[in-house]
Amino acid sequence: MSKYNFAFFDEGSKREIRRATLKAIAIPGYQVPFASREMPIARGWGTGGLQLTLSLVGTDDVIKVIDQGTDESVNAVNIKKLIKITTGIKETEKTAEATIIQSRHRIPETELREDQIIVLQVPLPEPLRIIEPSEYVTKRLHADQEYSGIWLMLFEQIMQHGRMATGADHPVLVNDRYVMAPSPIPRFDNPKMHCSKALILLGAGREKKIYAVPPYTKVQSLAFEDYPFEVEDMSARVCRLCGAKGIFMDELIDEETQEKYYQCNDVSYCLERLNNENDD
Amino acid sequence: MGYVAVKGGTAAIEESIKRLRYERLKDEKVIEVETIKSCMRGLIDQIMSEGSLYSRDLAALAIKQAEGNPEEATFLIRAYRSTLPRKHYSRTIDPEDMRVERRISAAFKDIPGGQILGADYDYTHRLLDFDLYNENLADIREWINKYTGTPAVDCRQSSGKLPKVIDLLRTEGLIAQAANDDTEPQDVTRESIRFPTTRSQRLQILTRGETGAVTALGYAAIRGYGILHPTVGELRVGYLPVYIDYPIANSNTDEDAVYIGEIQVTEVESLIPEVKEKKMGRKEIEFCIGYGICYGQNETKAIAMSVLDNCLEKSHINSPVHNEEFVLMHIDCVEATGFISHLKLPHYVTFQSKLDSVRKTKRWEEEE
Amino acid sequence: MYQQEQPILTVKSLNKRFGHGCLNCQGVQKEKLVGNYCPFCQTVYACQNISLEIYPAEILGVVGESGSGKSTLLRCLYFDQDISSGEGYIQGYKDGLVNIFNETSQQKRYIRNHLFGMVYQNPYLGLRMNFSSVGNIAEKLIGAGSRNVDFMAGRARELLKKVNIPDYRMKEAPENFSGGMQQRVQIAKALSNNPPILLLDEVTTGLDLSVQANVLDLIKRIQRDLKISMIVVSHDLGVIRMLADRTIVMLNGRIIEQGLTDQVLEDPQHAYTQQLVYSLL
Repeated sequence: MSKYNFAFFDEGSKREIRRATLKAIAIPGYQVPFASREMPIARGWGTGGLQLTLSLVGTDDVIKVIDQGTDESVNAVNIKKLIKITTGIKETEKTAEATIIQSRHRIPETELREDQIIVLQVPLPEPLRIIEPSEYVTKRLHADQEYSGIWLMLFEQIMQHGRMATGADHPVLVNDRYVMAPSPIPRFDNPKMHCSKALILLGAGREKKIYAVPPYTKVQSLAFEDYPFEVEDMSARVCRLCGAKGIFMDELIDEETQEKYYQCNDVSYCLERLNNENDD
Repeated sequence: MGYVAVKGGTAAIEESIKRLRYERLKDEKVIEVETIKSCMRGLIDQIMSEGSLYSRDLAALAIKQAEGNPEEATFLIRAYRSTLPRKHYSRTIDPEDMRVERRISAAFKDIPGGQILGADYDYTHRLLDFDLYNENLADIREWINKYTGTPAVDCRQSSGKLPKVIDLLRTEGLIAQAANDDTEPQDVTRESIRFPTTRSQRLQILTRGETGAVTALGYAAIRGYGILHPTVGELRVGYLPVYIDYPIANSNTDEDAVYIGEIQVTEVESLIPEVKEKKMGRKEIEFCIGYGICYGQNETKAIAMSVLDNCLEKSHINSPVHNEEFVLMHIDCVEATGFISHLKLPHYVTFQSKLDSVRKTKRWEEEE
Repeated sequence: MYQQEQPILTVKSLNKRFGHGCLNCQGVQKEKLVGNYCPFCQTVYACQNISLEIYPAEILGVVGESGSGKSTLLRCLYFDQDISSGEGYIQGYKDGLVNIFNETSQQKRYIRNHLFGMVYQNPYLGLRMNFSSVGNIAEKLIGAGSRNVDFMAGRARELLKKVNIPDYRMKEAPENFSGGMQQRVQIAKALSNNPPILLLDEVTTGLDLSVQANVLDLIKRIQRDLKISMIVVSHDLGVIRMLADRTIVMLNGRIIEQGLTDQVLEDPQHAYTQQLVYSLL
């Protein structure tokens, strides 16, 4: 691998990505276009997040990569391996140890700190794309703060289903200005973005956009006065392994009994709880 | 314990990678990169064009590594390309300087310099040649000696510059005179594009486009979703010299320029008739030009590109092939295959989230 | 009676040109136009030096043949099209001191969402055809800042009832509706945020006669109940006669005659208006 640069890119490319990142931090929730590079992993497999991570990483950093809540999922392993090969930096599975956490579809259960950065992988950065296919138009809608379309979509869901029917990636309003796609994190994780102590960076490689939520920024999930935002209902779920409650759970079927059971989706959170138990 | 993916993901992935290697090697045959370079011209040209990196060596290596899978090979080239610093931009290349190997015009029978058929599959019958099962080097050498010994072969390349066919029409006033546009093109791999795009950006994205996608959209355009039948004014395949500015002194003159090599390209200029409104409501038909250019010999793609180039100049027409976002955002091989293939990734969390919504709305509907 | 009042909308010297213009058609030589068209550079002068005022609760009719510039005028007022030059002032917007045409696109959206309602000839321009009728009305309310579902749904039902859309069809999408029904949904949508000014572009064109009467009746009723100012654009003098207090006659992008509707129809001054009026008889 010595034929490749530290952190894969040439320094000029890293600088360009960092410039876009700084702009994104300066304008919370605004999608900054950048000349996304082709990466050795496929577009749509986290290249946006990976470019952010590689542009930021230094030799002292400790990286954690999660996909769907686990450090061992194919996407996480693949990305971690590439970061490791091209930088040689330390990796960890413990949320608290990491300086940079790259994640697909989850924000860890353990609260992040000011000295940490979370990088989220984004497939579709444009929250208005579902109501308007043209980039030229959506850019103008953002400029004019014209968000009736997305509100109307939520209104129609309420008319039809009696409630908002969004799944993951429920749109948020950042800093009272931009409507933003939080990436396909479950609604359960949306509140973690609000006034987060850690810097949140979001990267969409294929769509060539970088955006950010700086620390301590207001992030509101879109909702009506009389139809408040609801997270996934985890109230009746208890982790079969560590006994945790009130966090995001995977739903599994027992092979033998065919019964449904639950486990922490954030695997390192679960493992840490189990380890602490053993220490006691 | 039935825990999904607590541990073991890494090991499974390592095994999968080994399995992939095994599939490539299991028949214990080695194909040399040199062999690929010599025998797979078509695939190499496609990969260079889609990968937007002019290197037959690297394209051949990528083809070997990807076991001949073009989408994978293009991907390898593109990923490698983005690690390379952009050290120079070439001086403007004038396609009139082409060392032409093949050149045809569908517009005129006789063109100055003549039609040069060169090498192409167009004139063959697509019959499987079973003799190729048993080709041997001695026969090949004999054939080559005989072929190259024929005097006619000496003039298979043009000696000097050939005039452009469209210049004939231009001198006759049938093509609108266009001023030289010397605006610095924007490098789409270094600067993100914004809509509406400039023509230089469109041409770059089109030439990097996936061959099948560009062909399909170009086909849609001439079949009824866009301009009608264009005429190929000129199609050329040949070599263009590339110069850069003399890098040490701050020079930008032709005399000081440094020759760094030549590239083989396919260039197409299509003619599309267009009604232009003139003074006092008079209408005249003029030809406008659709332009296509690709690394290597990629004739279908270059023609389709010329069609799409013209379509995108006419963005007011309400059809997908005239919509720049529709065309430019969906023809890139790496982007399209990447996003399609990401559907194979686990979506447990998003699915769980949607499941929660569906269950809640179902409950509401039952209560209603 | 209007003279004591302040106009709610004032337009001064509005010009809208399609094309760049040339030496033949610009400045002093403007007379060389054929109609509103420059034969040398194909520029169309769709609106030329249009000035008008509308008073509270007044209906202003704009009549003219197709191509006279009347629809373009409305679209300019609703910011669907950028004007070439001119001024516009709205009483309730920044004290009527700021030229609305110079505002940012964000501010223009505010004006559209809060101060204007628009009903297009073609309902496809004014409605989201595949959203529910209730949702269509909510859209305008959302644009005007409402974030309360029950309020918006209630308001939508009330308005749809007013325009005679039966209760059981309110959640249906307008694409399933007849032309007349679509037009009524559009009117309900335009009214939803109680705009002080309603713009109506050929709203009855293409509808059956009985449906036309229905829609006209509705407009008249709304004007009486809600005291909204309206600009009604139509090529149909019958529509103008029935609705408008005052009328402007346009030809080739210019105002050629204006006055109280009765006066214009009874005693037309301009040859073109005379021709228009007599052809109706």
